[in-house]
Order: sequence, then C-alpha cells, then structure tokens
Amino acid sequence: MLSQKTITAILELQGQYPKKRSALLPALHLAQAEIGYLPLEVQQEIAALFEITANEVHAVVTFYDMLFEKPVGKHIIRVCKNVSCMLRGSDEILENLCCKLNIKPGGTNVDGQFTVIPTECLAACDRAPMLLLDEEVIGPVHKDDLDGILKQASEMIRPLVKDVDDG
Amino acid sequence: MMAEMRVLLEHIDCPKQCQLSVYEKNGGYQTLKQVIPAMEPAAIVECVKQSGLRGRGGAGFLTGQKWSFLPPNRTITYLVCNSDESEPGSFKDRLIIERDPHQLIEGIIIASYAILAEHAFIYCRGEFFEGIAKLRQAIKEVKERGYLGKNIFGTNYNLEIIVHTGAGSYMAGEETAQLNSIEGFRATPRLRPPFPAVAGLYGSPTIVNNVETLCNVVHIVKHGATWYQGIGTVHNRGTKIFQVSGQVQAPGCYEFPMGISLRSVLEHAGGMFPNRTFKACYPGGSSCALLTRHDLDICMDFDTLTARKSALGTASIIVFDDSTDMVKVAERLMEFYQDESCGKCTPCREGTRWTLQMLQRICAGGGTWNDLTVIDQICHHMAATSFCAFAAGAAPPIISAIAEFKDEFISYIKRNPAAGELPPMSVAYPYKKSLNVI
Repeated sequence: MLSQKTITAILELQGQYPKKRSALLPALHLAQAEIGYLPLEVQQEIAALFEITANEVHAVVTFYDMLFEKPVGKHIIRVCKNVSCMLRGSDEILENLCCKLNIKPGGTNVDGQFTVIPTECLAACDRAPMLLLDEEVIGPVHKDDLDGILKQASEMIRPLVKDVDDG
Repeated sequence: MMAEMRVLLEHIDCPKQCQLSVYEKNGGYQTLKQVIPAMEPAAIVECVKQSGLRGRGGAGFLTGQKWSFLPPNRTITYLVCNSDESEPGSFKDRLIIERDPHQLIEGIIIASYAILAEHAFIYCRGEFFEGIAKLRQAIKEVKERGYLGKNIFGTNYNLEIIVHTGAGSYMAGEETAQLNSIEGFRATPRLRPPFPAVAGLYGSPTIVNNVETLCNVVHIVKHGATWYQGIGTVHNRGTKIFQVSGQVQAPGCYEFPMGISLRSVLEHAGGMFPNRTFKACYPGGSSCALLTRHDLDICMDFDTLTARKSALGTASIIVFDDSTDMVKVAERLMEFYQDESCGKCTPCREGTRWTLQMLQRICAGGGTWNDLTVIDQICHHMAATSFCAFAAGAAPPIISAIAEFKDEFISYIKRNPAAGELPPMSVAYPYKKSLNVI
C-alpha cells in the first residue's frame, strides 16, 4: 500500500529521533498524505515499520482529530466553531457551506471533492469567522465568499504535507 | 490611551521578518552571539531567575525556577517548546511562528544552551501548516549559518531542533501529555511528580516552555534582568501579548506591560461595536471564570486575576457584548471540553459529557430546574477530582456563566412546561463521535 518513497521517508524520520517511536505521528501524517486516509492495512504496515502492534497504532490514530480512518474528500475544509468564531457567525458559514455541498457537517460531497469538518479553535480568532482550506487560513469569511472559495479550491492541486525530513 | 509596548512584537509587521537576513538586520541573533561562548550557562539561568519571568503558556510558573529543578548531575537534557496553542481565543504563538520564527529559534538556542540541552523539540500543532513550514525553513537557514548543529560558534556545544507536528489534540498542550505525544503515544497526561524537569521525555530531565516564554528569554538576556524587572507589576514582570477576539471592532494581538487595565486593552482592540455595550469576557482563554462590566478596571496580571478567582492564562480575551446569549456560549464551550477530554480519568470524561447533555437540553428548551444545581455540582466535582488540570479549566467558564447570568439560563428553562419534573437521562450516551468522517 505505502510507496517505497514514503517508507524510506518514514525510516529516515525514525533515525532523527532519540527513539524511533517518536516518529509515529509524523509517519502517520506522511502515510495519510499519500493514501488520503489511514485504513487498517496501512496502520498494520506502519506498525510493522515501528515494530509495535497494529493496536497501538490504532490507539494513536483514533485519538487525534487530524487522522482519518475513512476516506475523505480531496479538499478538507475545517470550519472553526468555537466561541470567538461563533460570535462572528461561524454557524451560518458552516450551514451555508454544507447546504452548497449538500452534505451534513463532517460529510463529503458527492463527487468526493470536499469534506467539511466543524473544528475546535484553530488559533486564528483575529480572523473570525475563519476556516482552514487544506493548509490555508481564510478569514474573516462572509457567506458570499463561499462560492469563490470552493471554486478556488477545485482549481488547485491539493498540497501534500510538506517535507518532514528537513527539520 | 496608553501606548503599546512592543518588545516581542517589535518587528512583527515587517514584511520579510521571517527571513534570516532581515531578522539579523533588525538586530536578531546579536544576543545569541553575546551568549555563546562568552556567558556561562548557569549565568543565563540566574539572569532569567532574577528577571522574574513567569511562563506564558497559562500557568504562570516562574521559568527560572522551573529550569533550576533540573537535577545537577544529569547526562541528557531536553527542551520542548510548546506551540500546541489550542486554547480557545489564543493566537499569539501562531503570530510569532508565522511572522517572526527566528525570534523563537534564537530563544530556543539560548534556553537550550542555558539548561545544557542538546536536543530541542518544537511541538507545533498539526493545523499550523504555514507555521510549520516557516519554522523548518528558518531552522534550515540557521543551520547553514552555523548557529545550530555541531560545535556552535566553535564551542563544543551541539544543538539539534526538531519540529514535531501534532495531529489535532487540545490535551497535547498539557506538558506531560505533550511528552507522551512526542514519544508516539496518545496525548494523555502523566502523574506529577515526577515533574518533567526530573523525568520527562524518554524519562530524562526535560523543560517544557511556551513560545512566548522562550521569546522573552532573548530580550531578558539582551537587556538584563534589571530592565525586565522595571516592566509590569510586582511578581508579574515583563510585557504580555494580549489577544482580543469576539465582539470587538479590531480583534488582534496587542502587547502591553503586565498589569494594564482590561479597559485599556479593549480600547486598543477598537472597543465595542456601535450601540453595543460590554457584557463580559473570558480574560485568559476559555478556561477561566468570566469577568463582567464591574471588572473593567481590573489589573491584567497573574496575581490580580487569580485573586479575582479568574486567571490570566494565555491572556486571550474573548469579549461578549450585550447581544450575546451566554447559555449558547456555555453550551459551545462545554462541547469543546467534552470533545477534547482525553478520557483518561472518569470525572473529566463523564463530567464533561453529562454537563454538555444538560446544557444541550437547556438550549433545546427541555431544561429542568434541577439542571443548574446538578451542573454546578458536577463541575465542582470534576474540577476537584480529575487527574490533570483540564477539568479544573473546563468548570470555571460554565460555573461563572451560570453564576453571573443566571436569569438567562432561567428564561431558557422556563420554556419547558415540565421544568419541574426530572426526565430520565439516557445512561448509554453514544460514545461515537457525531462526525461521520472520524
């Protein structure tokens, strides 16, 4: 499932830490960047690379919000729903966005382009209401901007997680 | 109006500050060059101790004292820079990392040298895509220049900085949970003692400091402890980056000496919207008690706010005007705490869920008269008995919202014609997340 390139990158990451298990989260990010999500087979593969059980990998995957066990859209839109954004109309943004894509919060639209995830505070409250379109912070967002944002996203190629090995 | 005092944010608006050449042109890395090799590590620790610097991550613990908890005869020391910034309303670390990453890196090198750490980690929350890229770029530049790596400035001091990406967890901001996360486990807290300074990352002595704390170190070493002691109020020295968000006209980061009044900070943030009045605010992120219009002249520092039974926390001020529905605020915040509770201990895992259920039914018009009492009991109980400080932060925003704005909760409950009865609550609360992607 994982390409040789990703496996090599993971092994390299392991070498950068005093203990190789520390590279687990960055490795999961890399695997997810390649596959799109983390199905059990990939978790097993990673477990083998780290010489731990698949259960241990699963425990980590299920804990962190950014790791997906099921397929997600090509673009991920994280809409902040916490108080600072709520006060400035994030509920309306989320509702409009879901309505435009004909999905429920957390869902993926029919052509698999977008997944919309209501998210806890993303630390950009000065730009409330804000959202994270893949890797880019956008805000303050007005509901009339949403069409443009979706259009911009569908025209761009999904950026992969930046090289993890030059840190 | 009192002017801002920009120390950490002095060059934040400079467009290319994130580049090494520009940072150096603005005086950057001068302090580092004065420190290595001319200064003894112990002298830096002493200087930070004398300055009275208190940690900027929320707890306000004395940084110099934390450093001096390191056992004297240690072989390995780690420094972890906590930039998991996830407290609702907090956005100072993002600003520094994205706009002025070298300031942080200079702080990390000086602090690492002071505590004899040869490995430093920057635990950056996974959603900081731009910040992570900027930090990696900055580290690469600095390494090429020889400020990082082996034999820094010809000494036998070596330092590597690893940018470690989180993956979406508020709990990973708690220092011991962060260490677990770096070790490749779930971000759940560890029992303290032993404190990380004694047994931290991989069981070795470790210092965990916030981004803003480490940036302060640069300026303290540069200008001296006496200079730092001249800023702020007694026991609350230095400047603080106040982040104002919510219902103000100009949300953003504003840097002032500690102890400035809440009113002044709000004025700088543009004040209220036209025809709106100040109702309340959380002064230190969401995990503290509300301040109300009676507190506008309060002195914004650690000790004054603690005495007021609130907290300065990360100095992230979330402002509410008179149009705000405080019941909805309480519900939304408890949703956050329920979502982020790591599940390790029962009081927090169950307490946040039951409180949320009750707040949700109050909002939906099905609240009962008993609910407010039970919420209060559960919140006090979980704050007192949970394993880490998480629940102690989850309780005050709710308790204070009910205490200060009880009439709003009552008017919600009045919508329920059967508010006097106690409907059974489903014990088997669905454990699955409401999102279908996860």
